[in-house]
Amino acid sequence: MKPIRYLEIEGKSRGYWGLVGLLGLLVLAGLGGAYYMEHNGHWVTGMNNQIVWGIPHVFALFLLVAASGALNVASIGSVFGRVMYKPLAPLSGLLAIALLIGGMTVLVLDLGRPDRLIVAMTYYNFKSIFAWNILLYVGFIAVVAVYLWMLMDEPMTAYSKPIGFFAFFWRLVLTTGTGSVLGFLVARQAYDTAILAPMFIVMSFAYGLAFFLLVLMASYKWSERPLGDVTVSRLKNLLGVFVGAVLYFVLVYHLTNLYMAKDWGVEAFVLLNGGVYTAMFWLVQIIIGGVVPLILIYYPTQSESWTTVAVACILVVVGGLAQMYVTLIGGEAYPIQIFPDQDVVSSTFFDGQVGTYAPSLPEVLLGVSGIAIALIMVALAVKVLRFLPASLADEVVDPHHKQASAASA
Amino acid sequence: MSDHSEQPNEPRRRFLGIAASVAVAPGLMLFSMAGAKPDAQAVSSKNRWGMLVDTTKCADGCQACVEACHEENGISSRGRPRTDPQWIRAVTLRDRETGRETHLPLMCQHCEHPPCVDVCPTGASFRRADGIVLVDRHICIGCRYCMMACPYKARSFVHENLHDQVPHNPRGKGCVESCTFCVHRVDEGNLTPACVEACEKDGHKALVFGDLKDPNSELHKLLTEIGARHLRQDLGLNTGVRYHGV
Repeated sequence: MKPIRYLEIEGKSRGYWGLVGLLGLLVLAGLGGAYYMEHNGHWVTGMNNQIVWGIPHVFALFLLVAASGALNVASIGSVFGRVMYKPLAPLSGLLAIALLIGGMTVLVLDLGRPDRLIVAMTYYNFKSIFAWNILLYVGFIAVVAVYLWMLMDEPMTAYSKPIGFFAFFWRLVLTTGTGSVLGFLVARQAYDTAILAPMFIVMSFAYGLAFFLLVLMASYKWSERPLGDVTVSRLKNLLGVFVGAVLYFVLVYHLTNLYMAKDWGVEAFVLLNGGVYTAMFWLVQIIIGGVVPLILIYYPTQSESWTTVAVACILVVVGGLAQMYVTLIGGEAYPIQIFPDQDVVSSTFFDGQVGTYAPSLPEVLLGVSGIAIALIMVALAVKVLRFLPASLADEVVDPHHKQASAASA
Repeated sequence: MSDHSEQPNEPRRRFLGIAASVAVAPGLMLFSMAGAKPDAQAVSSKNRWGMLVDTTKCADGCQACVEACHEENGISSRGRPRTDPQWIRAVTLRDRETGRETHLPLMCQHCEHPPCVDVCPTGASFRRADGIVLVDRHICIGCRYCMMACPYKARSFVHENLHDQVPHNPRGKGCVESCTFCVHRVDEGNLTPACVEACEKDGHKALVFGDLKDPNSELHKLLTEIGARHLRQDLGLNTGVRYHGV
């Protein structure tokens, strides 16, 4: 196995600046959307007093979950000692930080009072999982930044294993916190379950790895650097395991609810008669985001094609966004059960009725800008710092490659 | 000395009288308020303010409590019911088996263990020692997590610019708010929130406010006599608002 050499990308091509320009425009559009919402008040969005978290939160939660998952590639190298993953660790850490900042930005800009960010940083109610998350997110950036330093600064590399272990532990706690934002809520039928914490961890594995694979393949294709099939194949097989695990958790979540009579209503809503939420659950989350990627990943004749892998990754991301939409907004739309054994005949506040929500353009722009913020950070960072190995060809990354070739010859 | 100098003329006397009252009255008023209102003394856990809603007396179609609350607290509608704040609302229920209809007002239940307070990241949602649950709108960041957590959908987010605010209830766009049990009245020693007053004025007397801890209070006596339950009793929140006949 040859020593790994990291190099900045040249970043002078029209394609590069076109990408940066496009992402920049998306970021500006998102900021414009946020300004419009804050200036006029949230009534100009699709959100209301029942659907209080809308599409910005869907993107924000997705990005925060994906961020912790993106770090997994580095963790597999540092914590579990898999040599092949080590060259990928710097990009993994960078993407983790970038996705987290993208998610946090969306979250903050959707606040009713984003100007009071300093209040959120100085007043803490430690019984609130949200308050914990503020510390966990900010801490994650700091821990992963130190981890990157240890990984990328030659004299410090000996420390990368313990800090990598610590970062892995931190990311597990972080995603537990993100899942518990909903899991700790007793008010709404769709939440209020501890399974959301481990489920979010497994979701993070899938979303984060899908994102990582897309960024990795795009970076190497566009910078014309060698990326071997061994790396792509290993990562996509791992993605398949994670996608399967997400489906398993979704199954257990719904089976648990279906066993309890009190939750039949919300289950019928999501699985059978919830309109857009039911369609999104079956069609986008389960089929497009779960079953189809699994087929693409494991179908023998197709699965080695990069295009197939890229499509599978994109579908996992789309399915992940749908999963967040169904979980979050579907859970809010289903009416709160204040009077479980009675029907609401009339209420001026829409008690007993399914909440209505149609995302507005500014909200969507703000949400999408979170992804753009993450990607523009990665695009700029790989130009100024040495995050990407000059080559990820099979003979560079795979210690057994030569022996394997020799044996087959 | 002449009579003239000893007896100031009438206009001058009136002027001095008015000037003195203008100068002194506000001070006197503040003094009297300070005397009546337990501002100087901390809110105590010796009291727990609560309310009984006797749904057997609550009239179909009556909106007196809703209108009184919103007028008292300067809550105005923009004609957008999904985003307009509603501190209290009138709800009609029908029992699934018997078809019996019940009318009741629904507002913040002022829980002993309020989920909104648990989840608030900054501590803006808080419960006073006397059981009243409030939002400190100086440190509310508008995250709306409390609205996700409230099992009674009792909280409203201020979705747009505000006009016609009342001095005792400063509000803010981008913050969350809910029923305060008319805390400005309670702190002045007036134990009749606007909704209770309106209900009584209309002759229904479906709402009774008082101290849950005082065995001599009308509230306590009625709770003992006719009984009442908490909404979503299964959650164990020990609400301050209790319902009879639900």
